Amino acid sequence: MSDPKIEGFELEKGFRGMAKDTGSDQTMFKGVHWGKAMMWIFLLSDTFVFSCFLIAYMKGRASTPVEWPNPSEVFALDAFGVPVPLLLIALMTFVLITSSGTMALAVKYGYERNRKMCGYLILATALGGLTFVGMQAYEWSKLIHEGVRPWENPFGAAQFGSFFFMITGFHGTHVSIGVIFLFIYCYKVFAGHYDEGKRGWFTKMRGDYVEVEILGLYWHFVDLVWVFIFAFFYLW
Amino acid sequence: MSDEYENKSGYQAQSSETMTGTGSGVSPDMDYVRPAENPEQDLYHAHSFIEKWVFCQDAKVIGVQYFLTAVFTGVVGLILSWLMRLQLGFPGLAGFITAEHYYQFVTMHGMIMVVYFLTALFLGGFGNYLIPLMVGARDMVFPYVNMLSFWMFFVAVAVLMASFFVPGGPTGAGWTLYPPQTILEGTPGHGWGILLMLISLSLFVIGFTMGGLNYMITILQARTRGMTLMRMPLTVWGIFTATVLAMLAFPALLVSSIMMTLDKLLGTSFFMPTILKAGEVLEYGGGSPILFQHLFWFFGHPEVYIVALPAFGIVSDLISVHARKNIFGYRMMVWAIVGIGALSFFVWAHHMYVSGMNPWFGFFFASTTLIIAVPTAMKVYNWILTLWRGNIRINTVMLWCLGFIVTFVNGGITGIFLGNVSVDVPLSDTYFVVAHFHMVMGIAPLMVIMGAIYHWFPLVAGKMLDEKLGKWHFWTTFLGAYSIYFPMHYLGFIGVPRRYYEMYDSPYMTSGVGLNEFISTAAFIVGAAQLILVFNIVKTMKTGKKAEKNPWKANSLEWYTSTVPPEHGNFGERLPVVHRWPYDYNVPGAEEDYLPQTAAPSEVAHTEVEKT
Repeated sequence: MSDPKIEGFELEKGFRGMAKDTGSDQTMFKGVHWGKAMMWIFLLSDTFVFSCFLIAYMKGRASTPVEWPNPSEVFALDAFGVPVPLLLIALMTFVLITSSGTMALAVKYGYERNRKMCGYLILATALGGLTFVGMQAYEWSKLIHEGVRPWENPFGAAQFGSFFFMITGFHGTHVSIGVIFLFIYCYKVFAGHYDEGKRGWFTKMRGDYVEVEILGLYWHFVDLVWVFIFAFFYLW
Repeated sequence: MSDEYENKSGYQAQSSETMTGTGSGVSPDMDYVRPAENPEQDLYHAHSFIEKWVFCQDAKVIGVQYFLTAVFTGVVGLILSWLMRLQLGFPGLAGFITAEHYYQFVTMHGMIMVVYFLTALFLGGFGNYLIPLMVGARDMVFPYVNMLSFWMFFVAVAVLMASFFVPGGPTGAGWTLYPPQTILEGTPGHGWGILLMLISLSLFVIGFTMGGLNYMITILQARTRGMTLMRMPLTVWGIFTATVLAMLAFPALLVSSIMMTLDKLLGTSFFMPTILKAGEVLEYGGGSPILFQHLFWFFGHPEVYIVALPAFGIVSDLISVHARKNIFGYRMMVWAIVGIGALSFFVWAHHMYVSGMNPWFGFFFASTTLIIAVPTAMKVYNWILTLWRGNIRINTVMLWCLGFIVTFVNGGITGIFLGNVSVDVPLSDTYFVVAHFHMVMGIAPLMVIMGAIYHWFPLVAGKMLDEKLGKWHFWTTFLGAYSIYFPMHYLGFIGVPRRYYEMYDSPYMTSGVGLNEFISTAAFIVGAAQLILVFNIVKTMKTGKKAEKNPWKANSLEWYTSTVPPEHGNFGERLPVVHRWPYDYNVPGAEEDYLPQTAAPSEVAHTEVEKT
């Protein structure tokens, strides 16, 4: 965790403090690990990517001449013979948000140098992400069976399938990449790489528990984006 | 920071006062700089030839790699422009240039020059080389990712170049790639060509993102002791702001590339309306071509400033060094760069005045476009005022800088014409537009690149480029470039449309034919004149005189490395400590006409120095 005490001065809070940090030498974000700052900037850039996707979706939905399919019918799941709107998606969202919680705990235990708890919680997060991707695969195959294709669908405007597959696919790719890294980090935590500062396989940089937090930032971002996709696709 | 700290640091409390050198103000405290916040950077040194020259993690080598790759694409773009001018000036002379080829040349020339040449050269090339040196860092903050960034760019270039050799050739849709025609039959390269172009652009964005993160965080988090943001050379400010723009604008390019790839490959209709082709309705329908234009220009306009802002920054430094005078209005310059960067996100639709937009929409974008002229003009005034009563050295570097100011003002003034909707509509898609953007974002940044090459070559290679050859290079390029683009304004006024393969017997062309021949001849000469630089570099490397350390007597940190050229880690044992901005030239009372950024206040207590 970032330590607000840096030799020479204490961090001042509020706008004046921010202005002073900005005007000072060496670092603008005091005590923030370089990699963490990079991740924040990357997430800002990625926010623009998803914003462009979602704005394009809004524009596409608003300007298509054919009627847009009704999401509560298209995304309904049969539970005991009764179609329940948004059931699957509610489960998916629940799993993903829960995995955000386990990730946050993993970061906490990481900084407390509690190797085992940190590792198990990362594992739990990875499994949550895997479940999410699995459920998404199920949803995709269900829709494909019903005849939804990127270029056409039986429910209405063709753009529905186009945007749905593209945006959820792009998000799913983000989740999958995150899951891969979670498994790698899980291994590294259990193997004690972060405790002994072992150098990375490729980057040759010394390992540190801050990497868990950096991956956590990415994971929370992916969850947050999902909330927006959820709202725009399933609730609109 | 507490008040206690301010008292301790000393410089904070007296920052606005001018200290005069009677000696009474000298105390050991005045040299105080806060202790290091960052631990010493853990560098991975290369162990083999491949690690040292191919997959290198040293930002300087990566910068040179970026530079050379970008120059290679630039040469391809130059050859394409020759072929275009051959067709325009002397139609039919080269029989192999068909109309399809011509469109492919136009498209590839545009995309290569804007994205793969200028952007990669300024940010990848100069950014990588200069940022760590100028802010006093040992390397970029994440060297491994930085290395990946270059290789991703390399793959993007390879994919782009591969499109010359696929069936159907490269795309000929114009560099803006407007759908629906881009991916429909009838446009050259509508199959493989456009696909490779879109893939290459996506790879470029991914690669750039990895580099851009490094540039930003190195500047924000890895500066040396004493290097505040307002003591950074303007080069760093220009590259930094351009990187921010790129990080926020390239997403729109990535998204539009992905969407168009899907339109092409899967038959989705994001950008494709219902289309009748030869009486037959195509599969597409319901999409919005205008959406692509918005996405493209939301990237495309900041892209102009991604190219221009590093040029602004670099030229400010070059002018200051070679006029031996501090840059006029440093803070104003910084805020102008930041302001231009911010405004550039609110002007994109001025590229779409003829797309049938609501007039109020055009009114808004015309206003924001013209507002951008204010900070830009401030910068031009400040360059002039820096030169004003400076101790100007008319060497090659200064000539390029002066050439930049002239061409940039020229291109800027025509921009005022085109920014107004009512003036733009008749001029739209004529050679006036071609002349405008080549002047403002082609020739002007190129002048800066050339100046920067002559300026920093001694640092990179340790040898001085030949001045005489440099002056020949400048004058042929400058006069030649004017001969190319100045007459194009007139062609635009008489209504010659751009992107036309041939004008045939058009009534427009009675006065245009001779002019086109003249322009083409000038283009051949200017292109060939670049060989002077190649010859100069080869000759210098063989027989040129060895550069002394800091040959221009500059102040910024890149000239104060432990060795020339700098080695991995840049500064030897100890990182430099910075006490002032990089523009202390001709300070009254100083022995030399320059005070390096590392000169401590106690060393210069006898001078009248405005402490920064």
